[in-house]
Amino acid sequence: MREFKPDVLVVGGGPAGLSAAAEAAGAGADVLIAEGDLHLGGQLVKQSHKFFGSKDEFAGTRGFEIARILREEIAQYGDRVSTMLNTTVSGYYPDEKLVTAMIGEEEYVHISPQRIVLASGAQERLIPFPNNDLPGVYGAGAVQTLMNVYGVVPGKRVLMVGAGNIGLIVSYQLLQAGVEVAAILEAMPRIGGYWVHAAKVRRLGVPILLRHSIVRALGDSVVTGAMICELDEKFSPTGEAWKVDCDTICLAVGLTPSNELLWQAGCKMKYVPFLCGHVPFRDKNMRTSNADIWMAGDVCGIEEASAAMIEGRIAGMSAAASLGFKVSSDNFEQYQTRLGNLRAGEVGEKIRLGVSDVMVDGWEASA
Amino acid sequence: MDLINSHPVLDFSHGRKVSFSFDGRDMEGFEGEPIAVALHANGVRVYRNTPEMKRPRGFFCAIGKCSSCFMVVDGVPNVRTCVTPLVRGMKVETQNGRGTVSLLEGEVS
Ligand SMILES: Cc1cc2nc3c(=O)[nH]c(=O)nc-3n(C[C@H](O)[C@H](O)[C@H](O)COP(=O)(O)OP(=O)(O)OC[C@H]3O[C@@H](n4cnc5c(N)ncnc54)[C@H](O)[C@@H]3O)c2cc1C
Ligand code: FES
Repeated sequence: MREFKPDVLVVGGGPAGLSAAAEAAGAGADVLIAEGDLHLGGQLVKQSHKFFGSKDEFAGTRGFEIARILREEIAQYGDRVSTMLNTTVSGYYPDEKLVTAMIGEEEYVHISPQRIVLASGAQERLIPFPNNDLPGVYGAGAVQTLMNVYGVVPGKRVLMVGAGNIGLIVSYQLLQAGVEVAAILEAMPRIGGYWVHAAKVRRLGVPILLRHSIVRALGDSVVTGAMICELDEKFSPTGEAWKVDCDTICLAVGLTPSNELLWQAGCKMKYVPFLCGHVPFRDKNMRTSNADIWMAGDVCGIEEASAAMIEGRIAGMSAAASLGFKVSSDNFEQYQTRLGNLRAGEVGEKIRLGVSDVMVDGWEASA
Repeated sequence: MDLINSHPVLDFSHGRKVSFSFDGRDMEGFEGEPIAVALHANGVRVYRNTPEMKRPRGFFCAIGKCSSCFMVVDGVPNVRTCVTPLVRGMKVETQNGRGTVSLLEGEVS
């Protein structure tokens, strides 16, 4: 069995993980990135739209281009960063400080890193309705992977469930790929995503049905339609349900942190609704209650790529510093300021409240 | 194959076209792209039937996290086809139930 002993193991090669790897390698650490997918970039590779956020975090640049910029940044560190693709980290054994991973379906390996940065991102939520397991009921991420990464038509006519940013953006991307969008359903009385995204799809003639939901998916072996209906103030179906013809039902009903490894590592966790799930307590260096483990990005609370990248930089830097590598405290302060700016104002309020719920002053001080 | 022909923002560069089989039928897909993606491009949406309720399953997450896309690949069951790259000549089969693995001691279902 092969064994690896990097200074820093980064789990997940999305924007958070790549940023952490760049900082840690920049400080001089040997970094190994383990990525379950067949390419680096995480969610970014699926995003063909120009990002919102702040200029420092590439606002105005398309998602997949940000992924390329980050890949180029780590490439400049040469051998100091190695990448294993198609490699899913499956376990963490706290007593031995041992990480286990599968390369493909056949090779099982051991990794004994000095430090770990967990940047495993998020997974999609499913909502309950009869036949929600039928082929053709796809997560928004799956639809994006098919059409934006591999150029495969996901379906002919799609019903979108959820009018948050993801539902709106993916609807627009479907139209760009030449796929018809039957309607966008939203259980809430208002659109959850940014108005600009909603306006784009509305202009192209896609109805956004507020206070509506899916009652059941139709079809025997694959989706052939959906029954939908209106909801009352208590979110119960009201009036008669009606049929929408579609071959694909795309669920964009939110994400939840992929936190399995944090649980295995015994990190102190808490359920924080504003961060969309169970998330670990952290200090401002993004260190968890397990002194060997840092984390960054959606795994510590669903937010945005912009925040994920800064958290990654902070985590990578702090993990390297803990091994004695020299890092610049100016940069560290600058990242903290940028993160604060991103979360400022009304839009950042929920994140601020959520984060303050799980922020500790410092593990040394509280131990 | 059901591919996006023109796109206002994205350019798709595919690898080498290779042949593989699905339940005995010959199909073509791009080498190195996930097996499930190649199947979808060939119009195949059902990848397995569940053990208890015999319900059909296809893609769900496409990132290797949900187990919806398990299939039998070159005789090995429970392969996550959404993250397993296609190789020329692969034998891909619909998985019925849990699949059978050959162990050294013999066959175990
Ligand atoms: C439709 C859509 C539009 C968006 N638009 C914007 C926008 O305009 N601006 C913005 O700032 N943000 C946007 N976001 C959000 C942004 O994409 C995410 O917040 C960001 O990608 C999170 O980064 P991450 O690195 O934490 O996770 P991810 O990008 O999800 O990356 C996690 C990586 O970890 C890997 N992984 C997971 N588990 C394991 C494991 N056990 N072993 C090995 N590897 C593993 C995954 O394969 C993945 O590559 C959008 C998201 C979506 C879905
Ligand atoms: S579709 Fe979820 S694991 Fe493959």
